Amino acid sequence: MVQLLRRRKTEEPRVEAAEATLKPSTRLIDAVPIPPGDPLETVLLSGGGPLELSSLDLESEALQTMRDQGVELVVPLIGQGELLGALYLGPRLSDQPYSTDDRRLLGSLASQVAPAMKVAQLVREQQAEAKERERIHQEMQVAALIQQTLLPRDLPSISGWGIDAFYRPARAVGGDFYDFIHLDDGRLGVVIGDVTDKGVPAALVMATSRSMLRSAAHNHTSPGAVLSEVNNALVSEIPPAMFVTCLYAIVDTHTGEVVFANAGHNLPYVRNSSGVAELRATGMPLGLMLGMTYDERTHTLDAGDVMVLTSDGITEAHNVEGEMYGFPRLMGRVGVKPKDGDVVSALVADLERFTGPDAEQEDDITLVVVKRTSSAQDSASAFDESPDPVVLGTFSLRSEEGNERAAIERVMEAVSDLGLEVSQAERLKTAVGETVMNAIEHGNENRPEMMVDVVVVATDHTVQVRVTDHGGGKAIPEVETPDIEAKLAGEQTPRGWGLFLIGQMVDDLRTESVDGTHTVELVMNRKGRG
Amino acid sequence: MPGEEFEARVVERDDGDTIIELTGTVNRVAKESLEAAYEATEGSRVLLDFSKVDYINSTGIAVIVGVLAMARAEGRAVGAYGLSDHYREVFQITRLADFMTIYDDETAAVTAGA
Repeated sequence: MVQLLRRRKTEEPRVEAAEATLKPSTRLIDAVPIPPGDPLETVLLSGGGPLELSSLDLESEALQTMRDQGVELVVPLIGQGELLGALYLGPRLSDQPYSTDDRRLLGSLASQVAPAMKVAQLVREQQAEAKERERIHQEMQVAALIQQTLLPRDLPSISGWGIDAFYRPARAVGGDFYDFIHLDDGRLGVVIGDVTDKGVPAALVMATSRSMLRSAAHNHTSPGAVLSEVNNALVSEIPPAMFVTCLYAIVDTHTGEVVFANAGHNLPYVRNSSGVAELRATGMPLGLMLGMTYDERTHTLDAGDVMVLTSDGITEAHNVEGEMYGFPRLMGRVGVKPKDGDVVSALVADLERFTGPDAEQEDDITLVVVKRTSSAQDSASAFDESPDPVVLGTFSLRSEEGNERAAIERVMEAVSDLGLEVSQAERLKTAVGETVMNAIEHGNENRPEMMVDVVVVATDHTVQVRVTDHGGGKAIPEVETPDIEAKLAGEQTPRGWGLFLIGQMVDDLRTESVDGTHTVELVMNRKGRG
Repeated sequence: MPGEEFEARVVERDDGDTIIELTGTVNRVAKESLEAAYEATEGSRVLLDFSKVDYINSTGIAVIVGVLAMARAEGRAVGAYGLSDHYREVFQITRLADFMTIYDDETAAVTAGA
């Protein structure tokens, strides 16, 4: 006797031979799969119990195969309307036809076997699922372990420098890494990178890249040459669809000079006395193509300057509305000097404010902060709290009606830490709304694809909002006081209040037209908490 | 966007005062419904209730100037109340306050007219 088990319709039928003590004259019947949709399936499912094949007249291949094997009786095993399997019986040993009693007995047997089989199937499926979950969990643990063992345990401690790092893996561990490499003559190599893909494969590629970078860093004095060497070595080592973005900087801790090269990674930001700058250097990610060369850039960090390296887990994080954190916001936040000097905590806190407290982290988040606390001439404690302007926020908006309201909200968010008095905040809101509305309507002439750029800057005594349009049209007119009597008498249009209102709301209003752009700068002297 | 909506509703008080209750954002979009509401009022004085207004911009000021011009042509007085400190300041800066009487609240406005 052979029992055919069928699992879900999408799966291959599984055949199990039932143990039976067979008399010498008996013959084993081979399993006959019943393909889904076979007319025999419909007949078996119709609930008629054991079925004599001789009574059937069907166009069914399965039926024909059964007859060829000498099957006389089929007993369907049905559970919850699903054909779980069937018992096939050949001729009785007595050569007598199956009696009504025989069929009743077999039918009642089938009705007891079917539910037990269904339970067994479900248990088996659940066990397989649990096993798979356990496997994924273990793989994630292995990946996390590889990654965390290879990340630096201690931060470099160098006189005149403050170096900090932050790494938080996503649940499905991505491939972020960072590293510090101590080189000759007081030079420090700083690495930040990201392997495409997740899990164990990414962790292994990350481990390979890290050791290649460590070895190449001692072979060359130029960061571009280091990246070239690692790129060539990686091409043959990693799967074709994978690559590694990486930024490598060499910091001369005596002079403050930073030389860096970039293989497709997020660009670094530097905050110095004149604001925030993005340091640009381009190059292909590592491991894609042989023979790549990498641009090198040099930037000198002075006392008080901060360089921030990031991974795309920050800039590509989303909030509940589906908006991305983005580079403008990151750049703006780098521009804010935290009161306690803790740049890492301030950036992480802002990211959490943005994504919301319960958001699941989408990707690894990595931050490396290199701060020059004093130059060799300064004493270590002379960290200068100068009244330098800091960029609180930068953003761009399309020239669509109503976007001035969005601009107001963004500016208010940017100045939220300044503690402006309510009346000042209200004046600033009106001034920003009017200025952005002018930029949308008059500057960019309501062409949605033209952007309005807004930069918010603070010094110790002022807050400044710069609004730039790209329309290239008419120059911004002089501020005039509207003649309300003429307007009320109907001699003038009732409109024309915007620019006048802006001028009344702020302490200084500057305009500038350069290369087809108009910029209006609103300056407000800060009162209240300084 | 919900913040862009505007509504003007005429409310006749039992004591004879007519109030136009403004709700939402006062900008150029408000022109039609505010002027229609004004046209629906009668009497020597109309009061504008700004207490449910969250935003007024320069195009909204132009709309209010338009209503003031209509009232002036008909020799009717206009009063306003429910303005935030900020918009009270804006009404002073733009001199709208010279052509309409600004009251602290509805009670003050109604009492002044009695």
